[in-house]
Amino acid sequence: MNLAIKDIRHGLFRFVLTCLGLGLLMTVVLAMIGIYNGLVADALAVVKAPAADVWVVEAGTQGPFAEASSIPATTRDAVARMPGVAEAGAITYQTIEASHAGKTLRLYVIGFEPGRPGGPQRIAEGRGLGRSHFELLSDRKTGLVAGETIRLGRDRFTVVGLVEDAMNSGGDPAVYVTLADALTLQTAMDPAAARVQAARGDGGLRPPTVAAVVARLQPGADVALLTATVRQWKHLSALSQGEQEQLLLASVVDRARRQIGLFLGILLSVSAVVIALIIYTMTMEKLKQIATLKLIGAPDRTIVGLIVQQALILGISGLAIGLALIFLVKDSFPRRVVLEPFNALVLTGIILMVCLVASGLGVRAALKVDPATALGG
Amino acid sequence: MASGDILVDVRGVAKHYGEGETRVDALRSVDLRVHVGEVIALLGPSGSGKTTLLNVIGCILAPTAGRVELDGDAVFDGKWLRSDLRRLRLDKIGFIFQAHNLLPFLTAEENVSVVLDLAGWPAERGRERARELLDYLEVGHRAKVKPALLSGGEAQRVAIARALANRPRIILADEPTAALDSGRAQLVMDLLRKLASDQKACIIAVTHDEKIFDRFDRLIHLRDGRLVDS
Ligand SMILES: Nc1ncnc2c1ncn2[C@@H]1O[C@H](COP(=O)(O)OP(=O)(O)OP(=O)(O)O)[C@@H](O)[C@H]1O
Ligand SMILES: [Mg+2]
Repeated sequence: MNLAIKDIRHGLFRFVLTCLGLGLLMTVVLAMIGIYNGLVADALAVVKAPAADVWVVEAGTQGPFAEASSIPATTRDAVARMPGVAEAGAITYQTIEASHAGKTLRLYVIGFEPGRPGGPQRIAEGRGLGRSHFELLSDRKTGLVAGETIRLGRDRFTVVGLVEDAMNSGGDPAVYVTLADALTLQTAMDPAAARVQAARGDGGLRPPTVAAVVARLQPGADVALLTATVRQWKHLSALSQGEQEQLLLASVVDRARRQIGLFLGILLSVSAVVIALIIYTMTMEKLKQIATLKLIGAPDRTIVGLIVQQALILGISGLAIGLALIFLVKDSFPRRVVLEPFNALVLTGIILMVCLVASGLGVRAALKVDPATALGG
Repeated sequence: MASGDILVDVRGVAKHYGEGETRVDALRSVDLRVHVGEVIALLGPSGSGKTTLLNVIGCILAPTAGRVELDGDAVFDGKWLRSDLRRLRLDKIGFIFQAHNLLPFLTAEENVSVVLDLAGWPAERGRERARELLDYLEVGHRAKVKPALLSGGEAQRVAIARALANRPRIILADEPTAALDSGRAQLVMDLLRKLASDQKACIIAVTHDEKIFDRFDRLIHLRDGRLVDS
């Protein structure tokens, strides 16, 4: 006879309600974990998108994400010719605001050279950029659909394809345009003073600049050697893909990550206290029945089993409800919520630990209770 | 009677609660011997120590002094002599409490069979035995009902069935018939008597119910924590 389950079924409504409450709490914890992961994943999305091995940026900067970087567009040819480099492409990044369907959209414009590294790895819908001007690929989160047009700077662009999960570390969705269009856009967005200067003629001589050049290496080529070689150039610096990712996490999203991390910690502590409290009160309410059980001769094993099993059933149901709910709502979040099986596993571990510790407190009280208390009558 | 026939042997048992100003002497040097098959009534005014004595015999309460022997085994002599008091209770002692103390989350039948479950009986046989006892006590029709829905008398009879389930040799009852009408009270007493002789058990019951005094072999009076001759 399983006393734990009989007791749960006796007070089923209340138990289910408790599980639901706990489930909602778990949903919040899982959402927080997902938001944390999403933040990291989003931040890295833009770095990972070109699938590069090496980033060539302006000397003395940690560009192009942590700091502004500006290098001559011609650098691309120089990099492409270096030994070990399979292909190289120039990239620009800029954030602009555009109005679309009566709303203001903040867009992260990535300019790349079609056919060279820098573009999206996968196009979810539509086609890639063609030769013609004023086409763009847009992230789904912008709300733009294929075939639509949108005005960026002085020109109207046509959406020819959609990509997914492309955004900057601030969460602004990305659009991809050709490098040539991006450079035009850059000039259009320049501060008025610079434009006036350009109109006078002395700016016209300025060679076009890009934010970075990304390179893919031939198989077996030495990344360290290449970055070292690039650094010998006076105006250039180079970062491996790994360094670039580390840099981004350490500088750009570090605060946000720590902020959410700390909040997650608090949330987990609160959950732990709540679970402990629920289990403890659940046991305290049963003390008289536990005394009766002792009186009729139930061994400690039976009593410990009753408490621990109920604690685990509670914890696991709460967790299951939390998981079910988060998968239902996770796509409604404005930013990405990323949950790995690993996270669920760790949370399960934590919750089970909390349940066991909490039932340990209850068990202590239960084992201490005097069977004679059952007699008070 | 031979000494092997003694199921309960209490010698010089004293119990006081509290110390100094608040000290209450619930039992003062009580000697009591109960033999196999005996059905004994424990009488006395409220506060005379009846419940305390039952609790001492039931190994729920440690006396402050004295010696307790149950079924030939010394269980207390200044201190507990056995560490498995609960197993001892499960196997040898059946309690019928003043308050019925049924587990609210189990049905009447389960409240009885839980004892057998703890004693290691197969579930099926435990259920059968529970049903038999409940039928005998005329509450078989309420077997699937939880205690909250039982009347006081029904609950009391279920509690009696639970106390008898594992065929204990020492049955301790605190006003077992208080919640029963006189017909049922007689029935329960008859059952307890039959049980005592069939199972070679003894019964010690606290009661105020004069209508059933004739069902007892011996009446024992407690006054201020002492046994007084009747
Ligand atoms: N846990 C306790 N702490 C202090 N005093 C107690 C305790 N239990 C009982 N007493 C006291 O011990 C004395 C004997 O109590 P006991 O419960 O044995 O009486 P009783 O004969 O069963 O009474 P009743 O007929 O009312 O049930 C009483 O004076 C009571 O107040
Ligand atoms: Mg009493």
